[in-house]
Amino acid sequence: MKGLAAALVAVVLTTTLAACSNDGIKDVDGSPAPETLTVFAAASLKGSFTRIGAAFEKQNPEVTVRFSFAGSSDLLAQLQQGAPADVFASADEATMDTARVAGVLDGDARDFASNTLEIATPPDNPAGIRTLADLASPDVKVVVCAPTVPCGAATEAVEKESGVDIEPVSEEQSVTDVLGKILSGEADAGLVYVTDVKAAGKKVQGVPFGESSEVVNTYPIATVRRSDHAGTAEAFTDFVTGPEGQAILAAAGFGAP
Amino acid sequence: MSSPQHSGVPRWVFVPAAAGALFIVLPLVALASRVEWSQFWSLITSESSRAALLLSLRTSATATLLCIVLGVPMALVLARTSFRGQSLLRSLVLLPLVLPPVVGGIALLYTFGRQGLLGHTIEVLGLQIAFSTTAVVIAQTFVSLPFLVVSLEGSLRTAGDRYEIVAATLGARPTTVLRRVTLPLVLPGLAAGAVLSFARALGEFGATITFAGSLEGVTRTLPLEIYLQRESDPDAAVALSLVLVVVAVLVIGLVRGTRSDAP
Repeated sequence: MKGLAAALVAVVLTTTLAACSNDGIKDVDGSPAPETLTVFAAASLKGSFTRIGAAFEKQNPEVTVRFSFAGSSDLLAQLQQGAPADVFASADEATMDTARVAGVLDGDARDFASNTLEIATPPDNPAGIRTLADLASPDVKVVVCAPTVPCGAATEAVEKESGVDIEPVSEEQSVTDVLGKILSGEADAGLVYVTDVKAAGKKVQGVPFGESSEVVNTYPIATVRRSDHAGTAEAFTDFVTGPEGQAILAAAGFGAP
Repeated sequence: MSSPQHSGVPRWVFVPAAAGALFIVLPLVALASRVEWSQFWSLITSESSRAALLLSLRTSATATLLCIVLGVPMALVLARTSFRGQSLLRSLVLLPLVLPPVVGGIALLYTFGRQGLLGHTIEVLGLQIAFSTTAVVIAQTFVSLPFLVVSLEGSLRTAGDRYEIVAATLGARPTTVLRRVTLPLVLPGLAAGAVLSFARALGEFGATITFAGSLEGVTRTLPLEIYLQRESDPDAAVALSLVLVVVAVLVIGLVRGTRSDAP
């Protein structure tokens, strides 16, 4: 009985420890070995990068691309803690600059897409929003991103450029949280990216506004220094910035870099 | 099998027990080790931190009060009566305990939200719940209520109904029995349940962000502030996390204190 229990404990401990240390995938030596490319990409890239990944795998059958989608600053924090990744695509240049300064990157970052803000309302637009200035009305429940996250920084810049002072009822942690409040009909309007409006389809109505062109968010992509697959990482970046990747991004509503 | 000096606990049990304890304590030590002590005070007393802490304390206290008002009768009904479907009801009361908080938040949204089940009625009454402090309190009450009910129901069952029967035979009416006999008897259990509810309300995150939103001083409680700060100012997030841990430890200490006083 005693021995059995001790053995059990030993097994549990060793498997736990093994699982902990087994997070980096190593390839067998030799050329056409299967390769797994890990791409850390901003949450707003989920739809388009999933498609790009599939197209890249089709062109490079020996490569499997796996993605981790999260907020750019979350991904950067994980990279700084040593998370195994080969490519990092951020939703803003500020985060990529921080990554470069922190010594996480290998070589320079390349811009591959841009995004602008758009007003999103529920499909019937209950508050009758037509312009950015309409959001300043105290009767309109507006939800925006908090200034500390990239979409919130962009919102703040738009407010500054246009002189429109928005009094939001909520400052959310991410653009998807903002969209969620509009999809559920709780908010009358919110500021999200053009690509989010496009991805939500008929569930939200997009209201473009002229001032949005003043604030353009640029997306950079770079190879991670600790990458074991620098060559493939470079090929993936070429693919994203090349005609096929650009076509997929444009279809999702992203602008040229 | 048993070793004499440890009253029947086999010696090998201490190894996994110690591993378990380390598993809980180590992350807290790691958290404390990352605190920038030189800036600690200024980080936790910044305006947004103070607003979040005050809001958290205020809403958690209100939620605890609501838990007592709603939970004491629920516990009484569960512990002192029997009817068809009671065990099903008991499972339902426990549901918020095991539900992912974000699911609770979505459920609340479709109950009290503008498009929700009660949304129209609430609007007719002239109340605004969406994006208000009320929404935070509702979310916190939803997730903390089971703690009070479970705690108190246990106390009621342990205490038994001998004294109540005696009081009733002596001519006391049910309300008098409840007020003079039952409640004083289970007061430690009620206190423990209330403190646990408060602690759970203080830590509530998922239902709040889903249902109430996040605005400084209105709906951004301490856990929401921590989540937001870690994007831009990890040092502040760590400092505030430690504050929350300390408050939680104090609260749990309080429960243990009341428990050991229990008969």
